[in-house]
Amino acid sequence: MSEEKKVAIKKIQATGMMRKIMADYFYELDKASKEGSPKIAWCTSVGPAELLLSLGFLVHYPENHGAMLGATRTANDYIPVANAIGYSPDICSYLTSDVGAFIKKETPLSRAYEGIEGVPKPDVLVYNTNQCRDVQDWFSWYSRELNVPALGISTYRNIGKIENYNLESIVQQMKNMIPSLEEISGQKFDIDKLRHFLSLSYDCTQLWKKILETNTAKPAPMSFFDGTIHMGPAVVLRGSPQAVEYYKVLLKELEERIANKEGAVEGEKFRLYWEGMPIWGKLRDLAEFFIGFKTAVIASTYCNSWIFESFDPEDPFMSMARAYTEIFIVRDENFKEKYIEKMVREYKLDGLLFHDAKTCPANSNNRYGMPERLEKKLNIPALTINGDLNDMRCYSEEQAKTNIEAFIEQLETR
Amino acid sequence: MNYFVGIDVGASTTKTVIINEKKEIFGYSVINSGADFETAAEEAFKKSRESAKRKASNKYSVLATGYGRRNVSFANQTKTEISCHAKGSFFYFPHAHTLIDIGGQDSKIIKVNDSGKRIGFKMNRKCAAGTGAFLEEIANRLRVKIGKLNELAEKAERNIQIGSYCTVFTATELLTKIREGVEVKELIKGIFGSVVKRALEMDPLEGNIVMTGGVVAYNPFLVKMFEEKLDKEIFVPPLPQLTGAIGAALYALEAQGGQNA
Repeated sequence: MSEEKKVAIKKIQATGMMRKIMADYFYELDKASKEGSPKIAWCTSVGPAELLLSLGFLVHYPENHGAMLGATRTANDYIPVANAIGYSPDICSYLTSDVGAFIKKETPLSRAYEGIEGVPKPDVLVYNTNQCRDVQDWFSWYSRELNVPALGISTYRNIGKIENYNLESIVQQMKNMIPSLEEISGQKFDIDKLRHFLSLSYDCTQLWKKILETNTAKPAPMSFFDGTIHMGPAVVLRGSPQAVEYYKVLLKELEERIANKEGAVEGEKFRLYWEGMPIWGKLRDLAEFFIGFKTAVIASTYCNSWIFESFDPEDPFMSMARAYTEIFIVRDENFKEKYIEKMVREYKLDGLLFHDAKTCPANSNNRYGMPERLEKKLNIPALTINGDLNDMRCYSEEQAKTNIEAFIEQLETR
Repeated sequence: MNYFVGIDVGASTTKTVIINEKKEIFGYSVINSGADFETAAEEAFKKSRESAKRKASNKYSVLATGYGRRNVSFANQTKTEISCHAKGSFFYFPHAHTLIDIGGQDSKIIKVNDSGKRIGFKMNRKCAAGTGAFLEEIANRLRVKIGKLNELAEKAERNIQIGSYCTVFTATELLTKIREGVEVKELIKGIFGSVVKRALEMDPLEGNIVMTGGVVAYNPFLVKMFEEKLDKEIFVPPLPQLTGAIGAALYALEAQGGQNA
């Protein structure tokens, strides 16, 4: 087979614009933190951000901060700090690295953005357990530490068909939060404002979905690794016109790539699915590694998890409840399998990569026999890579790469 | 005459095999890999030439495999040890089978079909329990020479269970057994049993089973324990430690347009 070569990742031109809007976002939060206004809410990645925006909060996403700690390869400086105060190395390494960094009063934000000295101070912490239980424990730590209220939504988990009672419960939990949020923000809830932000989030989602779907083209214009970076605005700026404008620009660039038959991977030979969390500290390294073998990782559960198609400004609460509940991580194995099957067909994939993230059981879908079942059902091979989202102690570089290379060799003989 | 060389630079040892166009093995060598993989590969290649009684001036096509494969600058190409083991194993057992390779640092389960195509593989996780490194560490703790493990395990009259996953915790577990008066030979057999268990955890091990690797080469009793556990005969090639290197040499031959290996 071809040798591993050092190769350059093709630059996406829109990246500059993304950096600018992300910088503006972090500076706006920092200013609010320093001035005490507007109020700041911390929110889990698929928490009720639209509700918070409608009440005038600026929103900080600790999971995004966790990913930054991973991507800057500083997480392992902080994980032991949280371990030392009783937070196990086996629990979410976003949690442990983020809490550890907070204790050490350090943040990659201050390295990336001059003048920012710390994460923005929260006035309220709002979680949704649709991700996992760890987000509740994570926010509870901050709640105790900073004496800030933590409000939460408990989502039914591992569900197949979504029933009305699943959603009604979430609607009620969101509505129950409103008086407390009004008190903290000093603003009255206004359903029209909620509709406005939902509408923007929906537009963002539709564009992000179209962007991801450009990868059904052969060759695929954007890799999974690019996707994990370019989803930044969908994660932290959903509900903003900036995210919508950005994705229009990115979509145009990717459509041009398709028209020019320009793939993210030169000479694309194989197309793979990435199931599970990114290995943030190895994004670039793995992106280059796959390019060296002319293998494109082009579809993933992870990037698709910020598509909220159910948002409907006409029916805000129920549609939010549905959108937050129908995401992959909340669903049962049967749903997940069917979802991946559909992706394999639509993206014409040759194989499946499962990332078994040591500290993220909720997002490691290899653990209940799914790779083996899908291999048989779809007649394509699957490989499990052991690693972690942030804790690089759980990742063996040599072993992971040998596995991937052997997997590609296997694809070559099919 | 052209020769085809497979060099398997493993975590513990470097194995080299030289074959000709008729796939006849002329020479081979096994040396410790040490910390300098390039030097180990050169040394192993030299030794295998000596064992084959072939001069350096002959034409050699070299394919490197194993963890150190990219360090072999004189190799014409590389392939993973997973592909090479499958190739080497199918050379001796040309029918569908599951290969268990227990190497110095990792254990592999590889499935090949009736036409020799690899259809799946699994490697142990990051942990080295159940590998050669595990046996070496335990031998060291028990102050037993690694070469004596097989002989001792064979002599054990009773079975003891070692339950720990981890090499370090296994050593702790052994301390408890020692305090209980368990004999060393029984501890060794228990450790072999632990290697069997790790493999069984990786795959259901159905159909024909082949075993290869250095651990198998030096510990035939381990194969016997696998046979007892699986209640079937296990096939072992004549040079089990060299399976990856043989596969690599066969790939080198194939790349030169030789016999469809």
